[in-house]
Amino acid sequence: MAAAKKEKELLLLDFWVSPFGQRCRIAMAEKGLEFEYREEDLGNKSDLLLRSNPVHRKIPVLLHAGRPVCESLVILQYLDDAFPDTPHLLPPANSSSGDADAAYARATARFWADYVDKKLYDCGSRLWRLKGEPQAAARREMVEILRTLEAELGYREFFGGGGGRLGFVDVALVPFTAWFYSYERCGGFSVEEVAPRLAAWARRCGRIDSVAKHLPSPEKVYDFVGVLKKKYGVE
Amino acid sequence: MAGGGDELKLLGMWASPFALRAKLALCFKGLSYDYVEEDFKNKSDLLLSSNPVHKKVPVLIHNGKPICESQVIVQYIDEVFPDAGVTLLPADPHDRAVARFWAAYIDEKLFSAWKMVFKGKTEEEKAEGRKQTFAVVETLEGALRECSKGKPFFGGDAVGYVDVALGGFVPWVQAMEELYGLRQFDAATTPLLAAWLERVGELEAYKAVMPDAGMMIEFKKKQAQQAAAAAAADAAEA
Repeated sequence: MAAAKKEKELLLLDFWVSPFGQRCRIAMAEKGLEFEYREEDLGNKSDLLLRSNPVHRKIPVLLHAGRPVCESLVILQYLDDAFPDTPHLLPPANSSSGDADAAYARATARFWADYVDKKLYDCGSRLWRLKGEPQAAARREMVEILRTLEAELGYREFFGGGGGRLGFVDVALVPFTAWFYSYERCGGFSVEEVAPRLAAWARRCGRIDSVAKHLPSPEKVYDFVGVLKKKYGVE
Repeated sequence: MAGGGDELKLLGMWASPFALRAKLALCFKGLSYDYVEEDFKNKSDLLLSSNPVHKKVPVLIHNGKPICESQVIVQYIDEVFPDAGVTLLPADPHDRAVARFWAAYIDEKLFSAWKMVFKGKTEEEKAEGRKQTFAVVETLEGALRECSKGKPFFGGDAVGYVDVALGGFVPWVQAMEELYGLRQFDAATTPLLAAWLERVGELEAYKAVMPDAGMMIEFKKKQAQQAAAAAAADAAEA
């Protein structure tokens, strides 16, 4: 009995403030999947982490019955594939072969999750790390990114597309909402002003259990950014 | 289903490894499509309206609907035409995750290492690019060993998702050897990749979409000259 239970075990190697790790936590919560959360000390990475992700040596890593899956968006898709009876993040494939509409919705979701990956984290980092004109450039870029995402959201409540309220793009993006306050403080702008519908979406998501449970407060994130700034000698 | 009622159009550029991936996927699936060659200095209205966010190739337009980003395009083709040609992504969830992981790795690491070699402003930067390239290639050798399990391709007996992802870069691999003396998939250091390179080059689909090697070398040479000129201009301004 214990052995059978172990077969199904989900273990997430993670770091509390990581938006990439939070994606995985929220996804599993949305799917009603129990998992063990293990906090990694990034200054002293565990043997398990190094063995499970030898290529990048990064969190998050999901271990399912001992087999590692790395890269947050790969993990999200894995969760859909491995647990097909749980609420999907990506619109599921139809039973009839080659359902182009569902495939198109999946392609759209993948495109926007990729957009978040390519743009948001890097630009956000530049906002707190840089000063002067480079920081101003980062702010302009961040405003454009937020507006682009808002345009894609349109007048929908969520980016959606999955079986529950939160879809692939919602889960990919929502952890960064905990960083909005830090972006605002570092960049000197207001998300509410530049992208009010996106700000409303962020608040809407924040009222969902899985999100409320797994995202840190914006103030905590800002404190963490302060620690990073000190570490990198930024002020 | 392929055929009747499916209009496929690919916006690409002949030297783009990302566009080549899309072509490979379409070819492995035996799908016919209209091809539009884009001039980056004069991008078509169709490209700009189909990919307003990035304004880049490749873009696949299926029955009028645009799909952007090469990895997204390849997965789309695989899903919409599951019974055509080869199936690119495996069925097993963990195998799919591994394939997606390596495709993401290729995009993140190989291309950025190469960029340092091409665009590095100093000799140190270029040397670092070469060093990183060899580290990445060594990792990919391990990936091929893990994924192929002794069979010819990352996908096993037949080509799969990672073969397409890396396949798009093959002409650049060859051009870089010619131009920079950078032997990346070398039989001595990366025997599996060296064998894979030969095997991929012999595939009918690959031969059908592969750009002319001479043209590619000329193109990369010109790019290198432009990068050097830009670097010299920067240095002169400093």
